[in-house]
Amino acid sequence: MDELYRLATGPLVWAAFIIFIGGSLFRLIHLILLVHRKEKFIYTYISLKYGLRSILHWLTPFGTTNWRLHPWLTIVTFAFHICLVLTPVFLLAHIVLWDEAWNISWWALPDRLAIVMTVIVIGGCLFFFIRRRVTPEVAYVTSGSDYAILLLTAAPFLTGLIAYFQWFDVRLFTLLHVLSGEAMLIAIPFTRISHMLFAPLTRGYMGSEFGGIRHARDW
Amino acid sequence: MTEAVPKEKIQQVDEGLERGVAGLTEEKIQKVIQRVIAGETGARLKAYVDTCIHCGLCSDACHYFLSRDRDPRYSPVGKVKQTLWEMLRKDGKVSPDFIKQARIIASTHCNLCKRCAMYCPFGIDVAYLMLVVRRICHLLGVTPLYIQDTAHSHAATFNQMWVKDDEWIDTLQWQEEEAQGELPALRIPLEKEGADIMYSVIGPEPKFQAQLIYQAAVIMNVAGVNWTMPATPGWDNSDMAMFTGDNEIMGRVKRAHFETAARLRVKRIVMGECGHAFRSVYDVGNRWLGWGMPPIPIVHAIDFYHELLSQGRIKVAKKFTETVTLHDPCNVVRGGGLHEKARDVVRWMCEGFVEMEPNREHNYCCCAGGGVINCGPPYKKQRVESNRVKAEQISAAKVKGAKIVITPCHNCHSGIEDIIHHYDLGVETKFLGDILYEVMEKPG
Repeated sequence: MDELYRLATGPLVWAAFIIFIGGSLFRLIHLILLVHRKEKFIYTYISLKYGLRSILHWLTPFGTTNWRLHPWLTIVTFAFHICLVLTPVFLLAHIVLWDEAWNISWWALPDRLAIVMTVIVIGGCLFFFIRRRVTPEVAYVTSGSDYAILLLTAAPFLTGLIAYFQWFDVRLFTLLHVLSGEAMLIAIPFTRISHMLFAPLTRGYMGSEFGGIRHARDW
Repeated sequence: MTEAVPKEKIQQVDEGLERGVAGLTEEKIQKVIQRVIAGETGARLKAYVDTCIHCGLCSDACHYFLSRDRDPRYSPVGKVKQTLWEMLRKDGKVSPDFIKQARIIASTHCNLCKRCAMYCPFGIDVAYLMLVVRRICHLLGVTPLYIQDTAHSHAATFNQMWVKDDEWIDTLQWQEEEAQGELPALRIPLEKEGADIMYSVIGPEPKFQAQLIYQAAVIMNVAGVNWTMPATPGWDNSDMAMFTGDNEIMGRVKRAHFETAARLRVKRIVMGECGHAFRSVYDVGNRWLGWGMPPIPIVHAIDFYHELLSQGRIKVAKKFTETVTLHDPCNVVRGGGLHEKARDVVRWMCEGFVEMEPNREHNYCCCAGGGVINCGPPYKKQRVESNRVKAEQISAAKVKGAKIVITPCHNCHSGIEDIIHHYDLGVETKFLGDILYEVMEKPG
C-alpha cells in the first residue's frame, strides 16, 4: 500500500492535473475550432455585454424565474457548487501540501467550516440522487452515467471526511481520498461534469441571441 | 362484423409519415443521420449534448409538459432523449418506426417556442435540437402530409397556399374595390418602385382572410403611408419549409422575398400580424442566405402600429370598450422583444386591458406555432389537449373581465381559436389590426 500511496501522491497527482488542465484546454479549443470551422456565424451574434448579463442572472441565487420556481433546488445547487469549488482549494490540509511541495500558500478555511462545507457537498449529492429517483421528469432522463457522476463527485469529499475524522483505516481512506480526487479531476473534461467548462459558453451565447437580436430577457 | 376503429386512431394516420417510412431502410437512415450530424451540425450540437446535465429544469417551461400532467415524455429534455440522444447513441442506426416517432415528437410535440432556453440554466437550445431532428426526417422524406403540401406550395409558387399569380393580383384589386366603398380615394399600390414600404402578408391572407388586406389598406391610406405591394411572387413572407427541415426551399423563398423588396427599392418591409413569418425573415432566412441581420429592415405590424399611433398618423376616434387581454406570440416577443410596444398599442386602443399570467417573455406558446398547426387535422386533438395551461390562462383573464384575446400572430390566432372552442371558454380572439381598424379615425 505504501507503494500505491507514493504513486497516488506523486506521479498520479501530476497526471491528474495535467489531464485536467490539458483536457479542459483541449475540449475548449476543440469547441472553438469547431465554431470556427462550421458555425462562424456565432461570432456575429456573440456579445460580451448580453452574454455576461445572462450569466450573471443565472449565477445569482433566485435571480431567474426558474430558480425562484424551485427554491429548495436553488439553495442546494448554489450551496453545493460553491462548497464543491471552494473547499478543496482553501482546505488547510491541501494548502500545506502546496506549501511543502512548492513553498506557496494562501488563506485557509477554518477546519470546522471546511467540515460543514464538505458535508454540504455530500448532502448535495444525496439530494441530487434522491431527486433523480423521485422526480419523474428527472428520472426519465437519468441514466447510469448520471449516478456515476454523482458518485465521482461525492467520493473525494466522503473519503476526505472519513480520513479527517480517522473513522476507519486512515491510511486506506487517505489513499482512497487522493485517488478519488484525481479521478474526479480527470473526469471533468471528459464527462458531463464538463458543464463546468461549457455552461458559460452556452449560456453566454443564448444570452447574446436573446439580448442582441431578440431584445428579450432569458432568465 | 368488423370491429369499429376508435375515432382517434383514424385521425392519427398520416399518409406523409406512412409513405415516407415505407421506403426506408436502417442503412439509409444511418447514412442520412451521420451526414447531417457530421456535415450540418457543429459546436452548438456538441456543446448542448455534452453540457446537458439531465436535471430536467427545462420541464416547467413547456406547455406540453404542464398540460399533460407533467408527463416526462413531453418535457423538452424528454423529447431530446426520445429523438436525438438515441440517434447519437446508436450512431444513426435506428429503425424506420423510430424515425416516424421522432418526426411526430419533433414536429407535433414541440412548437420551437424557445421558452425552455429561458429555463435551462445552461441556455441549451432544445428548439434547435428539434430542428436538427426535423432536418433529418425531411431528408429521409418523412414529413406530415399537410405541412409538406404547404412546403411544396412554397417550392412551386413561392407562396404557402398555392395562390396563382393572377389570383394574387386579383385579390388585391378586389380588396381595393371593396375598400373604396368606404374610402373612395383608397389605393393598394402595386409595383410602386421607390415606395417607402413594401407591405407583405402570409399566403392564407389572400386565400381566405382577404379582409385583413382590406383593413391594412385602410390603415395605410388613412396614415398617408407611401407603400406598395408586389404583383409578383415574393409577396408571401411566410415559410413552412423552415419548419419541415427543408432549409433549401426556405432559403429560396426568403431570397425571393428580399429580392422583391430590393427590386421595388423600398426602405423597409412592413409585415402583417404573423409570428413565424417574422422569425423567418428576421432571424432564420437571412442567416441562411448569409446576412447577419435582414438586408432590408423588417417591421412587424405591432411595431408599425406603435409607430403610426405614437406619431399621431392614426388617431383613435373612440376606444374599444370591451375588456381585452393580450397573448404574447413567441416569435415576436421572445423572438423580437415587441411585448412592451404591443401593450402600448393595446392601451392606446382599448379602454380595459388585463394581463394573462405569465406574460411577456414568459408567456405560454399557443401550441400552434413552429408548424404544428400546419401538420393538420391528424394532430389537432393532441394539439389543443397539449395546451390546457393556455386555456387556464385565458380563463383566468376572463374572470378578470377579458372578453377578447388579442393575438397579433396568425398561428396564435388560429391556435387560440381552437383552444377557445375546445375548452368552451366563451371569449373571442382578434388581431390588433381588427381593433385598430374599428377604433381609428377615418375621413368622411
